[in-house]
Amino acid sequence: MIDNLDYPVQLLQPDGARVCRTEYDRLIADLGPTEYISLYRDMVISRRIDTAAVALQRQGEIGLWAPLLGQEAAQVGSARALKPDDFAFVSYREHAVAYCRGVPPEVLTHMWRGCSHSAWDPNQFNVTNPAIVVGSQGLHATGYALGAHLDGAEIATIAYFGDGATSQGDIAEALGFAASFRAGVVFFCQNNQWAISEPVSLQSRTPISHRADGYGIPSFRVDGNDVLAVLAVTRAALAHAREGSGPTFIEAITCRMGPHTTSDDPSRYRSDTDMAEWRRRDPITRMRAFLERRGILDETADAEISTAAEDVAARLRHATLETPDPPPSTLFEHVYTGPHPLIEHEREQHREYLASFDDQEAMS
Amino acid sequence: MTVVNLVTALNTGLRRSLERDRRVVILGEDVGRLGGVFRVTDALQKDFGENRVMDMPLAESGIVGTAFGLALRGYRPVCEIQFDGFVYPAFDQIVSQVAKIHYRTEGRVRAPITIRIPSGGGIGAVEHHSESPEAYFAHTAGLRVVYPSNPADGYHMIRQSIECDDPVVFLEPKRRYWDAAEVDLDAEPSLPLHSARVVRQGSDATVVAYGSMVATALEAADIADDEGHHLEVIDLRSLSPIDFDTVDNSVRRTGRLVVVHEAPMFLGLGAEIAAHAAQHCFYDLKAPVLRVTGFDIPYPPAKLEQFHLPDADRILDTLDRVLTP
Ligand SMILES: Cc1ncc(C[n+]2csc(CCOP(=O)(O)OP(=O)(O)O)c2C)c(N)n1
Repeated sequence: MIDNLDYPVQLLQPDGARVCRTEYDRLIADLGPTEYISLYRDMVISRRIDTAAVALQRQGEIGLWAPLLGQEAAQVGSARALKPDDFAFVSYREHAVAYCRGVPPEVLTHMWRGCSHSAWDPNQFNVTNPAIVVGSQGLHATGYALGAHLDGAEIATIAYFGDGATSQGDIAEALGFAASFRAGVVFFCQNNQWAISEPVSLQSRTPISHRADGYGIPSFRVDGNDVLAVLAVTRAALAHAREGSGPTFIEAITCRMGPHTTSDDPSRYRSDTDMAEWRRRDPITRMRAFLERRGILDETADAEISTAAEDVAARLRHATLETPDPPPSTLFEHVYTGPHPLIEHEREQHREYLASFDDQEAMS
Repeated sequence: MTVVNLVTALNTGLRRSLERDRRVVILGEDVGRLGGVFRVTDALQKDFGENRVMDMPLAESGIVGTAFGLALRGYRPVCEIQFDGFVYPAFDQIVSQVAKIHYRTEGRVRAPITIRIPSGGGIGAVEHHSESPEAYFAHTAGLRVVYPSNPADGYHMIRQSIECDDPVVFLEPKRRYWDAAEVDLDAEPSLPLHSARVVRQGSDATVVAYGSMVATALEAADIADDEGHHLEVIDLRSLSPIDFDTVDNSVRRTGRLVVVHEAPMFLGLGAEIAAHAAQHCFYDLKAPVLRVTGFDIPYPPAKLEQFHLPDADRILDTLDRVLTP
């Protein structure tokens, strides 16, 4: 499928062979065995987080989950390009981005379990809570970048969204605004081929990255299953943003190999044979093959990574099972920053109402 | 009679409309091959083709705005908005364009568009999947707003909405999608689109509800019955216009009124109904009109929705206050 499109930036072939492309190689020239292992490790752990969460959903411990299976390289490669002060605007599938930003895996299921709308403080990790309304975060990233620009801060923002999101007005408006104001935003589109049941061809007749041209925004098309290529182009785009040269658009070509969410049934819209080619392009197998070719991944490192992944999965699982339901009084908290008579009234009424059940129990 | 759930009833109603009028077209995200995320449009694309049942790019403003253009060309589009919380990107098209065209053109142009929106909570979803946007639309002149509560009404009302020459915002109680009941698929509708229905007769108090709350009100009425209070339950069915005659007649007999909805109370439909009762049934009322509603908060996380959504207990608690002489 991918081979029919314009040739994207690729540094690793599906069999792990290294492709040399001078202009991109120099962007990752600092990487050595330790960094390679660490990228691989983050991808393995991200996948393990994902499978653990899917299992928790199947067991009824969380209501829903949006699997990232197949998108590990796109997310890890781009997130690892960020500096701590950069700010990431994510949607509901960017579990690996959150993980790479330092969000503790233990909290990743909070929202999906229905315990809260947010699981972490966005300002602590410089990554937003998941945006559910598709495309809305593109504008937020633009505004944030504009603010940073006004403050004279040398940071970049990155907005993650899918191929489907590029049809939303919000993304089109974000591209326009960012271009007009030369806002330091990296628009990172994970073209994972599907918006629920809709193929990317329904969203765009041209390669998605071409959309950026119309706004005067430079763009990259990158093999999204190649963690080195993604890291390289994202580094370039972020540097461009940080130095005040304006927005960049990255289309990472990848595939969402699982269902859209745990309540989706992909057999209705795609066949298993469709997926065979993508399985061959699996981002983790590819990086592993690269490491093995270079003799970097010895048994000790491999075992350490497996153990670390199992440990994260166990922690996630345990934390999810242990998360208590929020008390009913939480309903009325944080609606406003200060007192509000209507809320106070309803809070009090609800407290009395719940207490009346206790009284009844006491009487019987 | 056939036993069907609400999803199947709507699907069958859409199918009949597609069969009956070639100008009816369905458009939305995932409505084709997938049959919609709730399967309301299941198999319709297979049977009617891609020109009648169209998967649209992921853009709600685009979907409704395109439907508006199709309507100007003589089509009768039925839009599916995937979830209540995603109708807001289309809000401008609905309230500024679709709602106003007949007025603006002094009756020369019509927009017979049906906008289906699975609405409300109670299914344990994440944010933006459980909203009750009805008041925004009912507040907008030019739109008709309806909200069936059961399979039979779903089947008939979707067809009536599509046949209506005004734009109709068609809300579907997603938490009742899988409730089944007997429906006569060959019968003509027993009520006009905008009539309310007395679903249970009683003499002590009137409970007005709509959408998912009708079943909850009936549950409360069953319990009240055991306690010797006979409630009359009205399913409003239409939120704009509201069939006030049916409500007033009931309130005049029972002298007591409780309005139930899951949307927040402040400036919700209940406020309109209470104001109407105060104005038109003042001398028949034996107690103040009370409302049982969701709280005035953003829709809470799933683990808290059981406290936010009115249940039979909360309705009964409020009835206690209305029935106490
Ligand atoms: C405004 C809006 N409309 C509809 C939805 C329902 N929905 C959730 S995800 C999705 C598909 C998104 O596809 P894409 O942007 O390609 O991202 P992906 O899920 O593939 O990562 C849809 C239609 C939504 N969340 N927001």
